[in-house]
Order: sequence, then C-alpha cells, then structure tokens
Amino acid sequence: MAIHIIDRRLNPGGKSLENRQRFLRRAKSLVQGAVKKTSQERDIKDVLEGGEVTIPLDGMHEPRFRREGGTRDMVLPGNKKFIEGDYLQRSGQGSAKDSGPGEGDSEDAFRFVLSRDEFVDLFLDDLELPDLAKRKIAQTESEGIQRAGYTTSGSPANISVSRTVKLALARRIALKRPSKEEIDELEAAIAACTDEDERVELVALLEKLKAKSRRIPFIDPLDIRYRRYEKVPRPVAQAVMFCLMDVSGSMSEHMKDLAKRFYMLLYVFLKRRYKHVEIVFIRHTDRAEEVDEQTFFYGPASGGTLVSSALQAMYEIVRERFDPSDWNIYAAQASDGDNSYSDGELTGMLLTDKILPTCQFFAYLEVGESGGSAFDLSDSSLWTLYDRLRNSGAPLSMRKVSERSEIFPVFHDLFQRRETAQEKAAP
Amino acid sequence: MTERLFEGADWDFHTLQRITDACEEAALKDLGLDVYPNQIEVITAEQMLDAYSSVGMPLFYKHWSFGKHFAYHEASYRKGLMGLAYEIVINSSPCISYLMEENTATMQTLVIAHAAFGHNHFFKNNYLFKQWTDAEGILDYLDFAKNYVMQCEERYGRTEVERTLDAAHALMSHGIDRYPGKKQLDLREEEKRAGRRRQHEEEVFNDLWRTVPKGASKARTAISLERRRKLLGLPQENLLYFLEKSAPRLAPWQRELLRIVRHIAQYFYPQSQTKVMNEGTATYVHYRIMTQLHQQGRISDGNFLEFLGSHTNVVFQPEFDDQRFSGFNPYALGFAMMQDIERIVTSPSDEDREWFPDIAGKNDVMGVLRDVWANYRDESFIGQFLSPKLMRHFRMFHLHDDPEERAGIRVDAIHDERGFRRVRRELARQHDVGYIDANIEVVDVDLSGDRRLILHHRVIKGSQLNETDAKRVLQHLADLWTYDVALIEVDGSDKVLREYVVSPRPIPAAVA
Repeated sequence: MAIHIIDRRLNPGGKSLENRQRFLRRAKSLVQGAVKKTSQERDIKDVLEGGEVTIPLDGMHEPRFRREGGTRDMVLPGNKKFIEGDYLQRSGQGSAKDSGPGEGDSEDAFRFVLSRDEFVDLFLDDLELPDLAKRKIAQTESEGIQRAGYTTSGSPANISVSRTVKLALARRIALKRPSKEEIDELEAAIAACTDEDERVELVALLEKLKAKSRRIPFIDPLDIRYRRYEKVPRPVAQAVMFCLMDVSGSMSEHMKDLAKRFYMLLYVFLKRRYKHVEIVFIRHTDRAEEVDEQTFFYGPASGGTLVSSALQAMYEIVRERFDPSDWNIYAAQASDGDNSYSDGELTGMLLTDKILPTCQFFAYLEVGESGGSAFDLSDSSLWTLYDRLRNSGAPLSMRKVSERSEIFPVFHDLFQRRETAQEKAAP
Repeated sequence: MTERLFEGADWDFHTLQRITDACEEAALKDLGLDVYPNQIEVITAEQMLDAYSSVGMPLFYKHWSFGKHFAYHEASYRKGLMGLAYEIVINSSPCISYLMEENTATMQTLVIAHAAFGHNHFFKNNYLFKQWTDAEGILDYLDFAKNYVMQCEERYGRTEVERTLDAAHALMSHGIDRYPGKKQLDLREEEKRAGRRRQHEEEVFNDLWRTVPKGASKARTAISLERRRKLLGLPQENLLYFLEKSAPRLAPWQRELLRIVRHIAQYFYPQSQTKVMNEGTATYVHYRIMTQLHQQGRISDGNFLEFLGSHTNVVFQPEFDDQRFSGFNPYALGFAMMQDIERIVTSPSDEDREWFPDIAGKNDVMGVLRDVWANYRDESFIGQFLSPKLMRHFRMFHLHDDPEERAGIRVDAIHDERGFRRVRRELARQHDVGYIDANIEVVDVDLSGDRRLILHHRVIKGSQLNETDAKRVLQHLADLWTYDVALIEVDGSDKVLREYVVSPRPIPAAVA
C-alpha cells in the first residue's frame, strides 16, 4: 500500500484569515468599543501597537439547546471512603465544572489578539476620519531608489561603461590579448627588417598576434555590467511633538480625554511621516513644567492659568534640545480657553516672535464639555487672542471641540500644508 | 539485528517513511488491522490552529464563527494556556493524519501508530461509521459545500447566507438522523444531485409562469390529525431535515444550505458516540506497536522511555476530588478497557469467567478486539465489557443528586458486589448521546390556523432547557419557519412544564 507523506508546512498560511475578518466585521461595534477602551488606557506612543482586546461574549454567542438542572446521576472515579447509602453535603455549587472552549456561560468575556493593522484601522475608524484622510495616514512611507552595485543583466540604458571597460581590460590582460602598441611595434619592426628569414618569422608572429586579437574580442558580452538600483525607504527626518495642556482645575476628565485623542492622532500622523518622533509633554497652570505622560494626563495639579509660562518653557526646550534646522517641530495645545487677562499680551508676543517661526504646525484645541452649548455664548480669552493673531496672518490652526468626531477637522490644515512640510522634511 | 528506525529526537522525511513502514508492518501483520490508505501530512502550529477552527477539516465553508474559534484558540495558545494536539486525523479515504512539525521522532512514531493505524482502523470498521459516514466522498463534498456557500454569497448576499447558516448552526445538534432506515449516505451523489437540480431549474425557467393567474384555491377538506401528521412525516426529531423539506417559505438555496449543515452534523455524529472506544482503540494500537518496535530493537531504550512518559500523560485519570478532574478521560478509560479485555481473553480469573463467558480464555486477543471495535459504541461497549476488576481499579462510585433531597447527594452504588451492575449501567448511560442531548421533536403544524409549528421537549429527570439559549435557538428556528414556533416542555406523564412561543423577526427589505 502506498503511503503518501506530504510536507504542508510551506503551504500558504492564513487559511483562517477570511473567517477572522468576518468575525471582526460582525463584532465590529464590540471590538471598536474595546479598542477605544484600550487606547484610552494606553500611552500615546503605544497606540500603534496591536494587542489583546476583550469583548463581551454576549453578541457573539452561538446558542444551542442545552439542558440544565434536574436530577443528576454521575459515576466518578477515586472512591476512598464512601459506602452505599452515604449522604454527601452539597457545597453551594456543583463540584464538577464543565467548560467548553469558547462555549457556554463559563466565559462572559472573550479575549483575543488584534494585529497592529487591525488595531490602527479600528482606532482610526473610531475617530470618524474621512476615507481619504484615512488613506493618507495609513499609506506606507514612500520608497526611494538607490544605487546598489552592478548586475550582469539589465536595460541598455543602465550599462555602466567604466565597469564594463575595466572588466574587459582585466580579461584582455589575463588572456594575453596583444595590444595595439605591440602590433604597431611589430609592424614597424617588419618594415624596418632587412633579413629575409627574420622577416618571415616576424610576419608569422604578426599573423599569430592578429589572429589572437581577433579571437579575443576587445569587449565581450561577458564584460558588460549594468548599474543596479534598489528600492529603499526614503530617508525621513525626525520630528518632535510638543503637547501643551492646561491642567488647572477647570479641565475635566472628558476634556483631557479629548486632548489625549487629539495627541494620539497627531502622533499617528507624525509616525507615518517621520522615522523618529519625540514627544515632549508640557503641562501648565500658572507655572509650566515638563513631565512624563502619566503625570501629564493623570497627575494632580492646581493653580491659576498662565499660558505664556508653557510657551516660554517650550521655547527654552526647543533652544536647548531641538534645533529647528534638524527637527520638524509640531506643537499642539489643549486648553479650556481660560487665561489670566494680564497674560494675553505676553502670550501673543511669545507665540508670534518665538514659537511660530520655528514650528511646522501649531494647533490650538479648545476642548469643552460634551454637548458643549456653552461654547456658543462667548469666545474665551485665549480663543479671542489666537483668533486675532490668526487674522493678522499667523499660521495657526485652531478648533473648538466638544465631541470626538470634531477632532479630525483640525487636521485639515495639516494635510493642506503637506507639500510645504514635505520640502522641509527632506534632508 | 534489525536496524534502529531513528536515533535521538530528529527526523526527516526518510525517517517518517521508515517509521510508517515499520508501523504498517506491525499493524497489518501482527494486529491484523484493516485500514484505509494513509496520507500523512506535516504541518506547522499555525496550520494546526487553522485546522482547529474548522473542526479539523482541511477545507470548510467560510463563516464568522470559525474566525471566532480561531481567535480564541490563538489567544490561549499564545499565552501558553493551551497546548496543541500532536495530531489530527480525518475520517476520509485516504485517511489524512496531520502531524505537528514540533514532534520528536518518538512522538511522530507514536502519532503515526495512533492515528494512521489505530483511528484509521476504527473509522473503517466500526458499524456507526460505516452506517453514517462516507469516507470516500467527504472531502469532495466539503469542497462542494465550500463552493456552494460561496456562490450563494455572490448571488444572494453575504448577510442573507450568514443568517441562514447561523440558524442552521444553532440547530445543528438537532439535525441528525439517529435511527437508520433511510438509504446510506452517498455524498458524491448528493453533490451531483444538487448540481442537476440547479441546472434543471435554470433550463426550465420561464418568467411567463409568474404572470399566469392562479385559479381559486381548491376547497380544502379538513384532514384528520393523523393524516396530517403522516403527510408531514411527524413526529420528526431531525429539525433541520423537517425545515428543509417542509418550511413553507425557504428559497431552494436555503434548503440546500440546511442540507449541507445537516450532512456535516451527521458526519460527526458517530464520533461523539464513540469517543471512549475510538481513543481506546488508537491508544491500545499505538501501545502495542511501540512495544513491539522496542522489543525488535528498532526503538532505543531512551526513546522508549520518552514514549512511556507521553503515553502515561495521555492515559492519566485524575480522581474525582483532584483539581484536574473533569470527568472520565476517554483515553484512560478506553485504553484500560482494551487492556482489560486482553487480560480476560488470555488469563481470566473465575470472576471474569462468570461475567464474560463468551470471551474469557478465548486466547485470540486481536480477534475479540476487532470484533468489539466493529460492533459497539461507547454506551453498549461500557455496558457490556466494563469488568468488576476495572471498576475496583478505578474505584468507581455512583452519585445520585436529587435537588429535592434535603439530606444531600446520595451515594447510590460503589464498586462492590451489590453495586457493580448499577455502576456499570450508569456509566454506560453517561455515554449515551440519547441521554445527553435534549429530546426535541416536531409534533404538529397548525395547518388550518396560523401555521404555528409545535415542538415537544420530553424532559428526562427534570432537566429542562436553559432559558436564554432556548429562546435564541427558537428565534432562529422561527426565522426559518417564518411563522410562530411553540416549544412545549412535557415530562413523562405529559404534564406541561413550560411553554415558549417565538415569532419570526421581519426580514429586512434591503436584500431582494
């Protein structure tokens, strides 16, 4: 009987991919909720990692007719001391547990791992980005072409003359192809020769040399080399992203969450464009300080509000660590719009004179409570100030946001400025 | 004398070939097994996960629930919560065994002996498999099913197909013919028949018929209940079959989908009834083959010890108060019973002679075992061959848990002279699918009234249906039936315990 032994290991994997996508599509709203929850708990820099999410099993439950309760009879192994007619005390719940994988009530939550792409996709989806923008963000970085040695085949346009000639020369020397000088010399010698015997000898030699030089071509197809090109990711410059936030008491959790989402989106965007992205967190009340992310979003702080302190701190950090000729500087400020009245002048000056000239992009996000009708009543002091600056030509992008879906429009300006940003980004 | 099959843990495809040849020689010559041709495939862990999520089949139609299972298995495998099986074997001809590439040479030998010869022999010879499955046709049929589902998705939309399949899956455990009598399953024929039917419909399609005015319907004479039940083939416990044949408003392709799900459920039906026997057979076969190879010097002492280590793990039976206990391990029970039969046949005690006069001292071990493997299922196997010695060995006892009983759970019988038969009967009953699955039947359709479908659940020992799940399944059933569905739970004396009535959800108008 013939036995077939087959190696299937090299078969294309991912046979379940289609089923997995169907599952994700079906569980979309649940998974999206889970992604949202996970991304809230995450650090900004980790937003692009895939990861484990947990969804309630409820919506994905596959029902079956199952029986439960009633009189139960069971045969068990391992009797030690029981004899017929004994009674055993019930211990609250049944002692035998039954749990099938992914089935039954035993599991109320369903954990599984999302890949990086799936995660980002769902994350962006949640922000309700327009499709075009999503594609721009999600597109992989562009590839450049770079010389990478030589190859023996290629298009005639890519022939490397110098390398070809060099190889031909080496081959001619190795095979002792007579050079033109040698032949010329011999011909001159023949012309000058008087002795008939010697002349015959020389002519024979000349014929031999000529035959040899015919046999060994000056350039053989073997010698031809082409320039080889390789695709390499286009070198991208580094960027730094400043997150400025008012953390005074008037900022609620909802506002901070909106701000965090905005920072995340900006980070995602920058990460796609630049190889290396640094993040600097500056929080301020009436004083500003550079802090880590945890403190930034969750650390307690109290005090008045002086926006200029944060701008000053940013300016100093830029001067110390991020030379604008080496770094693309992005800044995003989130605030509820409060600012001390006396601070307005100084803030405006710092912004126009020191900050904006060094920045690629400066976004101001005024966050409000969900529902946010209070916004329409009057503009905040900071808004009024920035609005004035913008009207006088300062490159500011500003937006009022009270719901997640409103975050994205802030990026319109950023995408429109893409071309100019790119020029500066190129080394 | 004989050459070693392999040294150490490494193997390559030549080693596998030698191993398979050696196992085959032992299996066919010495054990007298009768197997389908073998096909052995080496796969990776990821492919094993793939196979898990499509119930072990190499190809299957697409459905989200398989993706869910894949995600679940993958997550627990990655976290190390779950090991993967060493092999998966498919009841088909040729019999396909999947081996994991991580296995050592010893494990591959064990697995080949276990799956490619043990399970394979069982699949080919056991009467249940012969009766209910078609090993030759299954792969082709699955291929047909996959393509058919795909075509349906193209023609009628993915959501529609998904809805039908969801409903069919919910009813899958009640889409099985439990009693033979119809003709044997021929899946190749099935496939051709479906194709022909479709073709015929396309050929004779004439849109004019739609425009022909229908005459006044004939006056309907009231038919008697008996007559009506007879016409509809009631009572019917195969819910999917009933829907496929009698649901009034299903499209032909939906009926075909139900048929596919039903056939696949039927294909797996013998496996659920023979877990103990199937694993017992395979374990016994691998144990015999491995021992023999070792005796012949074809496996070194070290490798044999490695084998004994994994073998012992496989047949480990924790006791009831052990944390690891989760019921009887079919490998342990099955293997112990096969070895016990071997003992009874070769060196019986007086007790064995009394209990098993037919086989005690018969001396033809393989003859007896082959006969057992061919003609029993778990329930009858345990009921017939569980010996007092084994009950004592496992120290089995029977608990009777009546919620009405205040005093607690009664120990009804233990492994003593008075209890042997009762313990054995109870254990056999535990392995009877007739007792495990709820007994649900279609009993009537209110044809003259609102076309309500009436189902009965015969409640055994007071064990009723889980309410939330029952409602959900009935919802699916009602969606397929397209009229109200009532499920009545009745006990042995026809007393109604509970009644469910579910109305179908309106079909979204979006899909035409």
